Amino acid sequence: MTDIVVPETTKADWTSDQEPRWCPGCGDYSILTALQMMMPDLGLRREDTVFISGIGCAARFPYYMNTYGIHSIHGRSPAIATGLAMARPDLNIFVIGGDGDMLSIGGNHLIHSLRRNVNLTILLFNNQIYGLTKGQYSPTSEIGKITKSTPIGSLDEPFNPVSVALGAEASFVARTHDMDRAHMQEMMRRAFEHQGSSLVEVFQNCNVFNDGAFAAITKKANRDEMLIPLRQGEQIRFGADNEHGVVFGADGRATVVDVADVDESQILVHDESRRDASLAFALSRLSSGPYEPTPVGIFRAVDRPEYAAEASKQLAFAQEQSGPADLRALLHSHQTWEV
Amino acid sequence: MADTAAVPEVRQLDSIIVRFAGDSGDGMQLTGDRFTNASAVFGNDLSTLPEFPAEIRAPQGTLAGVSAFQVQVSDHDITTPGDAPNVLIAMNPAALKKELHRLEPGGTIIVNEDAFEDRNLAKAGYDETPLEDGSLDAYTMFKVPMTSLTKEVCKDIGVKPRDAERSKNFFALGLVSWLYTRPVEPTLDWIKAKFGRQELVAAANTAAFNAGHAFGETAEYFDVTYEVRPAKLQPGVYTNINGNTALSWGLIAAGQLAKLPIFLGSYPITPASDILHELSKHKNFGVRTLQAEDEIAAVGSALGAAYGGHLGITATSGPGIALKGETIGLAVSLELPLIVIDIQRGGPSTGLPTKTEASDLLMAMYGRHGESPIPIVAAYTASQCFHAAIEAARIALKYRTPVMLLSDGYLANGTEPWRLPDVESLDEIDVQFATATNAVDAEGNAVFHPYVRDPETLARPWAIPGTPELMHRIGGIEKEDGTGNISYDPENHQRMTDLRAAKIAGIANDIPPTMMAGDVDDADLLVLGWGSTWGSITSGMKRARAEGNKVAHAHLTHINPFPADLGDVLARYPRVIVPEMNMGQLSKLVRAEFLVDATAVTKVKGQPFTAAEIHEAILENIDD
Ligand code: SF4
Repeated sequence: MTDIVVPETTKADWTSDQEPRWCPGCGDYSILTALQMMMPDLGLRREDTVFISGIGCAARFPYYMNTYGIHSIHGRSPAIATGLAMARPDLNIFVIGGDGDMLSIGGNHLIHSLRRNVNLTILLFNNQIYGLTKGQYSPTSEIGKITKSTPIGSLDEPFNPVSVALGAEASFVARTHDMDRAHMQEMMRRAFEHQGSSLVEVFQNCNVFNDGAFAAITKKANRDEMLIPLRQGEQIRFGADNEHGVVFGADGRATVVDVADVDESQILVHDESRRDASLAFALSRLSSGPYEPTPVGIFRAVDRPEYAAEASKQLAFAQEQSGPADLRALLHSHQTWEV
Repeated sequence: MADTAAVPEVRQLDSIIVRFAGDSGDGMQLTGDRFTNASAVFGNDLSTLPEFPAEIRAPQGTLAGVSAFQVQVSDHDITTPGDAPNVLIAMNPAALKKELHRLEPGGTIIVNEDAFEDRNLAKAGYDETPLEDGSLDAYTMFKVPMTSLTKEVCKDIGVKPRDAERSKNFFALGLVSWLYTRPVEPTLDWIKAKFGRQELVAAANTAAFNAGHAFGETAEYFDVTYEVRPAKLQPGVYTNINGNTALSWGLIAAGQLAKLPIFLGSYPITPASDILHELSKHKNFGVRTLQAEDEIAAVGSALGAAYGGHLGITATSGPGIALKGETIGLAVSLELPLIVIDIQRGGPSTGLPTKTEASDLLMAMYGRHGESPIPIVAAYTASQCFHAAIEAARIALKYRTPVMLLSDGYLANGTEPWRLPDVESLDEIDVQFATATNAVDAEGNAVFHPYVRDPETLARPWAIPGTPELMHRIGGIEKEDGTGNISYDPENHQRMTDLRAAKIAGIANDIPPTMMAGDVDDADLLVLGWGSTWGSITSGMKRARAEGNKVAHAHLTHINPFPADLGDVLARYPRVIVPEMNMGQLSKLVRAEFLVDATAVTKVKGQPFTAAEIHEAILENIDD
């Protein structure tokens, strides 16, 4: 790959001629801008890059990227992307979808692509609502959510996408939000650079059907107190003066404490590269919704064999064992007789 | 010993139908398979029908656990596994009870006498043993203590009695091989090759086989043996093949002919899993296989691979097709090549997983929302599945469309000798990826429009990721004719719907005319068939014609679109019957398309038509 000259690109090169058609003020715009601005830094060729999505507001994304792309059907983008990634390990494949697309109708495909560790950069725009179908509760909506389909309140326990991904053996899991471009870009870049499936949950505001769902934690004024930044090798601390921290309690849970109340050495030091996912999982359970202090950053980034590469190795192995393709030999491979 | 035995008469037969039946654990499929193979190597024509329960291990000794294998061996060209067996090998009471009704009047029964003890009799629902009560007097019966004789010979080579018992099917095979003067070498060689490393097992099976053979020779029990001379088959190199293997090899061949790597996304399902197994064995052909998390992911991954420039394939049975419907519709909209294989089985729902049926035709035709026509190719014999797979690939690649390839459980598992084609004689499949822009935008820049069509085929260009300057986005939303941009314009949707339909309809000019046989010029009745009924129709028609009836047979290898001449063909004959392993699906289609008074002859019993049933249907309809 080193001898391929990748031309320098700008944001404009990655922007297609199609006008985005999201509602004015939708968080999707800031995610799109962040990504389009970041793409030149990745050093990719546009023709080697593919965006694949399912159905939903987020799923319109591929139309706005001047790359190859498929706007597919509801929930199936990870499956389609898996086939493409296996067929074409040379490509850079991004998968875009919302919480309904990826965690409800497509939940099965998401967890299986994560456990396989196919080289996909999966961006899950979580707005905790169905936008495109005009406002039904989603698999990430809080219990009791009043929507058109749940006039007396929803009954379903919501998914925590980070917990789901960790439970599905994901090798890379991160969380960010649409109000912080630099953080989004850092998460997306790291996710892309990761070999294997990477999942980035992006808290995204749907200002039409679920406005302010994340305001309690992502509004500038609230961030210090409500976002817990995960930084590799650093103690997990937050607050305007870093006065809060996370410890691992005797009860097996990660807990938020005031640093003043504990021995400082007890504050957890974040290590995204721990093979064992249980601590990352414990961190994902720190908050049960965007109204408590919530970790953002990279929960887990571990090396694991990438699926398509392993599949390609099997092809090479088979060629070594059985020799190159020989159709005539194949047809004669069972017992034959001559008449 | 041999010189003390009377030499039995050798009687020449032009064909025999043998049915092996026993408990699922008795190895009847293997026994039938080996008998078939020895006959194939001997040069007979043959056709097989394996039948086994859906349960992997149904309770031992019960009727539900009976597994059977029927084979017709012939000295002439045959097309079916035969109607009524001449001989039934019953390894236990349940097998006898369940299979006896199939046996021809006065036919031969060979039973494993040892298995007819009280417990097994009770399990099969016999109050007393049918071997002694005279109920089988109308048949020729041979009672052979196969289990004890097998144990006896295995004792000498140090095999424990319990293990020895497992070799009793080889005893049966040896005996039947003797009775029908089959060559023994192919079986002995096979045992050596298969069990080479498990020395005791190989020794036990060999000893049992030889003992069965010797029993026939020396027991002075059988006063006649039979011989079926080799068939006068076309010269060539033959192999015995079942439909799923032939189909898998056809897919591999298609990849080679098109110079494309193959991607199969599949989810295990009976009776299609063997395609996944077979293709997974041949990764050296550049075959990538994914055992997907579900049927939807299986077809989705294949479509993704197709977008990337592979020959994308998914293989399943009816329940899987139902799940894949939405993605097949997406493939119709994306206009990408895709092969969707349906190995049909009894339905609805789980239905009869191990039994054959051909009741997915209308689902193949219409089982998607919206106007979403796709070509349908139907295989008609086990070996022809090879060519059907290549044809499905040719159409998919040339017209950039999903193609439904229909086979069924009978073709999938049934075997026949196949004269191997000369690889050089297979036509290459020309595939060109788009490499250059094909349009100019408003500012005069060269651009790529993914839905600019080839004027002849109406296929759109296949521009795969990695190709500079051709970046484009496609999706399931209706696209503007030409540019491929999202369009909700009513006129455009009508135009695109018309274009997609015209593209598929146009394939009629690119497929062979209707395949015809029999009294094509002056028949009083036309039998219109599709799929695996070919063999029974061919045999049934032969009988009717031998009696002086004028009958023609038209067989469809392509069902959507129909061959261009099909309307004329149907109009030529006063009567048309359509035998189908469903409740009349093709007959509905031809009635709708051609306003022809076609009469459906239907059967959904999990088994193919017998030649006798077709014969009878011909006589019934030709007279009234
Ligand atoms: S409905 Fe919500 S998520 Fe969808 S575009 Fe509008 S604001 Fe964005």
